[in-house]
Amino acid sequence: MLANFNFRVIFEYLPLFLTGLKYTFIIALISLFLALIVGIIACACRISRFKFLSYPVIAYIEIIRSTPLLVQIYFLYFGLPTLGIAVPEIQTGIIALMFNSGAYIAEIIRAGINSVDEGQLEAGLSSGLNYYQRMRFIILPQALGVTIPPLLGQAIVLVKDTALLSLISVMELTRSGQTMTSERFMPSEAFLTVAFFYMVIYFCLKYFADWSQKKLIFREAY
Amino acid sequence: MMSFYFGRLVEIFPFFLSGLWMTVKVGFLSLIICTVLGFILGMIRTSHSVIPRRIVGAYVAFARGTPFVVQIFIVFFIFPEWGLQLDPFPAALVAMAIMGSAFICEIVASGIASISKGQWEASASSGLTKIQQLRFVIVPQAMKVIIPPLVGQYVLLIKDTSVVSVIGVMDLTRVGWVTVMRIPEGLMVFALVGLLYFVVSYPLILLSNYLEKKMAM
Repeated sequence: MLANFNFRVIFEYLPLFLTGLKYTFIIALISLFLALIVGIIACACRISRFKFLSYPVIAYIEIIRSTPLLVQIYFLYFGLPTLGIAVPEIQTGIIALMFNSGAYIAEIIRAGINSVDEGQLEAGLSSGLNYYQRMRFIILPQALGVTIPPLLGQAIVLVKDTALLSLISVMELTRSGQTMTSERFMPSEAFLTVAFFYMVIYFCLKYFADWSQKKLIFREAY
Repeated sequence: MMSFYFGRLVEIFPFFLSGLWMTVKVGFLSLIICTVLGFILGMIRTSHSVIPRRIVGAYVAFARGTPFVVQIFIVFFIFPEWGLQLDPFPAALVAMAIMGSAFICEIVASGIASISKGQWEASASSGLTKIQQLRFVIVPQAMKVIIPPLVGQYVLLIKDTSVVSVIGVMDLTRVGWVTVMRIPEGLMVFALVGLLYFVVSYPLILLSNYLEKKMAM
């Protein structure tokens, strides 16, 4: 099956793969950071009492959740130029990933806030804390532990989603595999190497996620 | 200019519908295949024989750890080297089956793991075989835990079918991609594509929300 698997070519192309890996890493990191900001703002609007804040955000979240990421990427990639906005591919990709993951992160944070027992809220109320204080001192500290494991899960999804940016010719890990395939026509070597690198990232994040699950989720126990 | 393109878009709307049909076809077939495979793998994953469990574990780690695009490329470009030449449509189904069954396997496995040990022991002492225990005692109870995330996974799988457009399956995304080459109105074309995806996946999202509430009670 892999009788003539050629490691020499992989070593020859290693710099290309490492550049791709670097870009995948950078893109994932930047878009995760931006998505966190979008997610926090979106969640704050989502749970707000003002309908003019919560309704648009609900629409945003539902639209993102019910359309594929690839369509969202193409929407921006082919759509922004028609509006007269010229954005390089890599920024287009980051914007798409930011809005996509932002919607999911908003839901994760909301689930974390909802997971805090209602008695806690009532206790805060009867201690005379105002809305901001209740959030700051009672709800969010407890919600944080529940939120971190699924956030790391979302980070795993985000890293895998960066692979779709190869389709709008961003030079990341999957694209480097495509480049090697088109230059040497050695798809096995190219894509199995790419898969290997993704697996390495996956196992690191997974280890971290499992560890945080054990460490954080039962913090309320004491 | 805008209205001109809009008119053109209305004209070729049947083309979009054929793409939608392809998306539904790929989605529906792969949901069935993934569910069947996922349940079988999930049962193996929770079984007591170590070697099959490890093999399934490695398979699940591969399918969950690599992006779906890479998996499609592996099926479409590498399988021929190993003597399995597939057309785009079957290749898409195979790739979907590999990816989806791994995710469903994990859902099923965690559902089975949620059933208390006493149920296993009780069914074993009633003289049921391993298969019968799973079939009549464990899985029916686990369904309550399995179904809400399963429907949620279905939504993700339907959305992931958009990626099979890269190997030339004429699904909705591919139709949008082809159209945007002729009608340079990216926003309009992909808004339409998104709307058609919304029509398919939003009912499933609502169903998943409903089931989650109902099963939590």
